[in-house]
Amino acid sequence: MTATVDSESTRRVRVLIGKPGLDGHDRGAKVVARALRDAGMEVIYSGLHQTPEEIVEAALQEDVDVVGLSILSGAHLTLVPAVLERLREQHMEDVQVLVGGIIPDEDAEELRRMGVRGVFGPGTETEEIVRFTRSCARRA
Amino acid sequence: MAKERRTPSGLEVKPAYGPEDLPAGLDAALGQPGRYPFTRGIHEGMYRDRLWTMRQFAGFGTARETNERFHYLLKQGQTGLSVAFDMPTLMGYDSDDARSLGEVGREGVAIDSLRDMERLFAGIPLGEVSTSMTINGPAIILFAMYLAVAEKQGVPWSQVRGTLQADILKEYIAQKEWIFPPEPSMRLIVDMIEFATREVPLWNTISISGYHIREAGSTAVQELAFTLADGFAYVEAAIARGLDVDEFAPRLSFFFNSHLSFFEEIAKFRAARRIWARHMRERYGARNPRSWMLRFHTQTAGCSLTAQQPEVNIIRTAYEALAGVLGGTQSLHTNSMDEVLSLPTEKAVTIALRTQQVLAHEIDVADTVDPLAGSYFVESLTDRMEAAAEDYFRRIDELGGVLRGIELGYFQREIADAAYRYQQEVDGRERLIVGVNAFVEESEERIPILKVDPALERESCAAVQALRQERDRPAVETALAGVAQAARDGANMMPPILAAVRAYATEGEIVRSMRTVFGSYREAAVF
Repeated sequence: MTATVDSESTRRVRVLIGKPGLDGHDRGAKVVARALRDAGMEVIYSGLHQTPEEIVEAALQEDVDVVGLSILSGAHLTLVPAVLERLREQHMEDVQVLVGGIIPDEDAEELRRMGVRGVFGPGTETEEIVRFTRSCARRA
Repeated sequence: MAKERRTPSGLEVKPAYGPEDLPAGLDAALGQPGRYPFTRGIHEGMYRDRLWTMRQFAGFGTARETNERFHYLLKQGQTGLSVAFDMPTLMGYDSDDARSLGEVGREGVAIDSLRDMERLFAGIPLGEVSTSMTINGPAIILFAMYLAVAEKQGVPWSQVRGTLQADILKEYIAQKEWIFPPEPSMRLIVDMIEFATREVPLWNTISISGYHIREAGSTAVQELAFTLADGFAYVEAAIARGLDVDEFAPRLSFFFNSHLSFFEEIAKFRAARRIWARHMRERYGARNPRSWMLRFHTQTAGCSLTAQQPEVNIIRTAYEALAGVLGGTQSLHTNSMDEVLSLPTEKAVTIALRTQQVLAHEIDVADTVDPLAGSYFVESLTDRMEAAAEDYFRRIDELGGVLRGIELGYFQREIADAAYRYQQEVDGRERLIVGVNAFVEESEERIPILKVDPALERESCAAVQALRQERDRPAVETALAGVAQAARDGANMMPPILAAVRAYATEGEIVRSMRTVFGSYREAAVF
């Protein structure tokens, strides 16, 4: 697979993959980060055990279009709103937030109501995440 | 010409195997059941004499909820306990720490102090039941709490049986739940081995784990090789402390994953026993046959479960469990069908336990020891898994050992690469998964899932805050100072941690005392 620049944008899509909270399950985060990179995006991976503040700070510093949060600890209804809140505080509402992990269906609906653009559970093809991320970034 | 087939680890699989595929010197490489090199199992009679222990991992909410689940499981015929702790407990934070917010009691039980541990084991006689505790970074603290509960129940430590996971190397390699940097963490493990060898002789001090390496995306060969390499590293660290290998090695135990590729998994378990026996005898000079025996727990592969058509997970789990039994496991956890969605409901966990009971009592696989011995295919595969693991050991030695490999990100990269390859195979439909990329159902019925009441987090926070008010403050301060002092002096940490636990110091406080001396750790993440 070769990296190609998205022809419809003037710059590469920039994505931060963040691991908020205490869980160390980084398999999904890394697979998705790599798939997005292979699809030609600039991908920054936060590393593990980040607070919502640290993630938003990194998103600001790296000037990303999209933040993908990977959460497998069940704490998504606490951690995701905390990230969204801090993005608003930083006037970064244009940054699109995606969530991946073990998220029950009804919680996924609640996350969308809060402003999350997409929620991806187990079994999602990486190609679908790539497409969705690119479409979010374009509208950003 | 038929398309070439390979196991998920990349070993070639021919359409048929014959006598010419049997490894040279097979008789010696197999031995007899219960005899060196234990390829055929560590006991002569295996399950005819004693079935494997059915040990379902459980924990959620507060100690009270989990205690109720334990009593339920024991009543259903489970024969050992296995504690799942929540993320804050695994990472060394109290329930009311800012970092714990939203995570208390979610993935396991919240334990802050000896008081919670007393509630967790209320009505469960620790002299009669064996308990496995999945805890790593702060394992030494939870071990001390367990021993303190035994004291309160009047059970002598010499009768206490159970297992600590306490495998910190695989945390840096795969599961990523560490507290301190690798070197002080290794010291804590050797402290526990040294202490338990003298004081708690029936305790399995460490459960050297491939499970998490596999879940993080490794192949079966990598799981085998990295786990045994970690085992060798612990043996070397304990020998370097001055312990006699035959004093501590009989209490080392292992924990493997059982995934879907049926024969490769069975070959992995058989190869693991043979490799361990040979290295313990030939390389580390162990003379006690018990030091040569690789005893292991198996859990079916969580990462093989699908969120789509979750009932099908019951079938996957049953095949994986069968591989564990044909591979000679000493204990087994079968995953519940809903674990890809949440912690299991009581119904789901009951089906999972029943799966083991059917295996044990209805299909007669427990009647013959190592029934696949001599199979052209299985023996060839066992031999090739062993050779592939030996290649990895050489590579790890060339890098400078396991700790150096972790620093270099070697294991992390190997696993991430394998995980990515696997995902590409699934995305490319080279590997079919029912319900995910084949035989998909348009609309699926949802199954009920377990909800952890968010009120339990507040309850847990209130409980630890109340405890801090009630206890003897100066005694806690003195005990915590003793912990920090021992950390600095290099003395065995078990006695001062036991003292702190008895004074009802919290886990978070004890960790903070150690962190002032040991520092913390951050990995350079690779993807």
